[in-house]
Amino acid sequence: MQELVTRVKELLENGTVSRVLGWKAGDLSYNPEPAFFETAASLDAFVYDGFCGANLSKYLIEAMKKEGKTLVCLKPCDTYSFNQLVKEHRIDRDKTYVIGVGCKGKLNVEKLRESGIKGIQSISGAEADGDCETLTIQTVYGEKTFAYRDAMLERCHVCKGKEHMVYDELIGESKDTADADRFTEVDLIEKMSPEEKFAFFQRELSKCIRCNACRNVCPACSCRKCVFDSNKFDSAQKANADSFEEKMFHIIRAFHVAGRCTDCGECSRVCPQGIPLHLFNRKFIKDINSLYGEYQAGADAESLAPLTDFTFEDAEPSVVAERE
Amino acid sequence: MKRIARENLTALFRQISAQQDLILPVKNGNQVNFSAWTEDAAVDLDTLKTVKSPKDAFFPQSENLYTCLKENGKLKIEPEALRDRPFTVFGMKACDLQGVAVLDRVFLSEPIDTYYAARRDHGTIVALACAEPEESCFCKAFGIDCTNPAADVTVWLTADSLYWQSNTEKGEALTKLAGDLLEDCDSAAVEAQKSATAAIIDQLPYMNISLEGWNGDVLTEKFDSPLWEELYKPCLACGTCTFVCPTCQCYDIKDYDTGANGIQRYRCWDSCMYSDFTMMAHGNNRTSQMQRFRQRFMHKLVYFPANNDGMYSCVGCGRCVDKCPSALNIVKVIKAFANEGGKNE
Repeated sequence: MQELVTRVKELLENGTVSRVLGWKAGDLSYNPEPAFFETAASLDAFVYDGFCGANLSKYLIEAMKKEGKTLVCLKPCDTYSFNQLVKEHRIDRDKTYVIGVGCKGKLNVEKLRESGIKGIQSISGAEADGDCETLTIQTVYGEKTFAYRDAMLERCHVCKGKEHMVYDELIGESKDTADADRFTEVDLIEKMSPEEKFAFFQRELSKCIRCNACRNVCPACSCRKCVFDSNKFDSAQKANADSFEEKMFHIIRAFHVAGRCTDCGECSRVCPQGIPLHLFNRKFIKDINSLYGEYQAGADAESLAPLTDFTFEDAEPSVVAERE
Repeated sequence: MKRIARENLTALFRQISAQQDLILPVKNGNQVNFSAWTEDAAVDLDTLKTVKSPKDAFFPQSENLYTCLKENGKLKIEPEALRDRPFTVFGMKACDLQGVAVLDRVFLSEPIDTYYAARRDHGTIVALACAEPEESCFCKAFGIDCTNPAADVTVWLTADSLYWQSNTEKGEALTKLAGDLLEDCDSAAVEAQKSATAAIIDQLPYMNISLEGWNGDVLTEKFDSPLWEELYKPCLACGTCTFVCPTCQCYDIKDYDTGANGIQRYRCWDSCMYSDFTMMAHGNNRTSQMQRFRQRFMHKLVYFPANNDGMYSCVGCGRCVDKCPSALNIVKVIKAFANEGGKNE
């Protein structure tokens, strides 16, 4: 991490960039927060470790309103969101300086909590550098250990790869952390009967409290004003009038980000109720792959996406009824 | 004091719910939240905090207030029936209980909120003492003793038993309903748990956070602080903190078009984080996320105490600490102001 801090400080001090978008150390061992740094002195609080899961790409939309270049630290998976936002003209590439930061998988403190670990005082082994494979957790209820791999976010188990899709320079080593196929869960749902599917989504979506965290964190949800925030609706964005509505919100959102969602996994990371929201998006990605050919949103910032392009080979709408 | 063996708790819940609705922490997937007891509910009294606070029991996220129907040129207004049957909320924690005290200040002051009052009148609260508090807890900072929550009934859970002490008339009635399932005992196990928990509280990082400088008299000083402009930046403007909070009590009232010349007037939780919060005909009086962010903490730590004899409307449950997608929270805000004033802990 020291190399990163030194370089970032240098770029800020020599005027290459006007501000730095990174992470600031938290007050617990697992809660660093996204932060803008504008002075070299403020960078003393800069941190980059296993708990820096937040995807910073979307924060650049705000940064675009400011003068000068913004340096942003992006993990390999974050670069897909960055490219997508450039493609959608929400980020001006010329006003950014991208440092691709190494990633060996990001951690989810909920995984520790689910295993019964509580009263956490400190965690070691979460450093971004090095090969540590075990977290050592000091708690008021004694010392615990936990495999780094088992504490990773779901998205890291289906990692898209250790390559950064865009960067001005790279600092730190990355690892390919995938140990599962990202469509396995989708396959399981596809095999369900319509009744089972309905029951599955009913059970998951009825947990929704309409906090809108999934929408607000989503780099693909970058509308200046969301349709659900319209006061011309007779339903509210903050309440489910009925059990249909809680499904409607998520299904509309999934349709809206289809073909643009990079599968960054932020929606599932932030859901306070643990709803596997990424499943909707993966279903769309899987369908797009099978109907239009392999496509990864955000792999570049220029190409036309299957759903915004037309070719004579495109699948006909009737395919929905015809295919298995 | 009375006790019941853990293995008999299902019988106790069955006995209570034969007479009235019983709401308690139930596990659904990996999340524990308060919901109605059923024979196949996965009751979980061991998880310290439910994701949402139990405030829904008295102040539901959405509730209908009345329906209007226009028929043959006449307007028919049907108010929603008030709660008239008893129910029990089992397993509220000391922080959640203080949360209800905060809600009482709002909804039971004139003009009394009849929907809320009816639920309070018919609800019995069984509060569960905390045995293994966590690092995000800071109830002690608000003078709350999590080892001894004083509700209608206070219960303590140990490895093999649940200890039961009734404190009020409603508590006595519930004790009677439990009948022979409860047996008399001494309080040795409870006292042992209380002192063990007290020792743990002293080791938790947030418990001794100082609220010095936060009271109802510092409105202008805190409101005008340049710190807000820094603190709000990672905020995503989602409503997670407000919706998991046991004291956030703001609500919106809306009409839902039921078709055929009818509307359903309902109210639902609102969040000061949302862009249409307190929207009026002329527009919104908070136009930036900084202002919305500031509102939440000023309300908890300045406006509420100013209007309620010094009572804070934060109870230190730490749910916002656990759930904020950007790892922001009220403790970081309090600490940032303390550091600014040179009162570093």
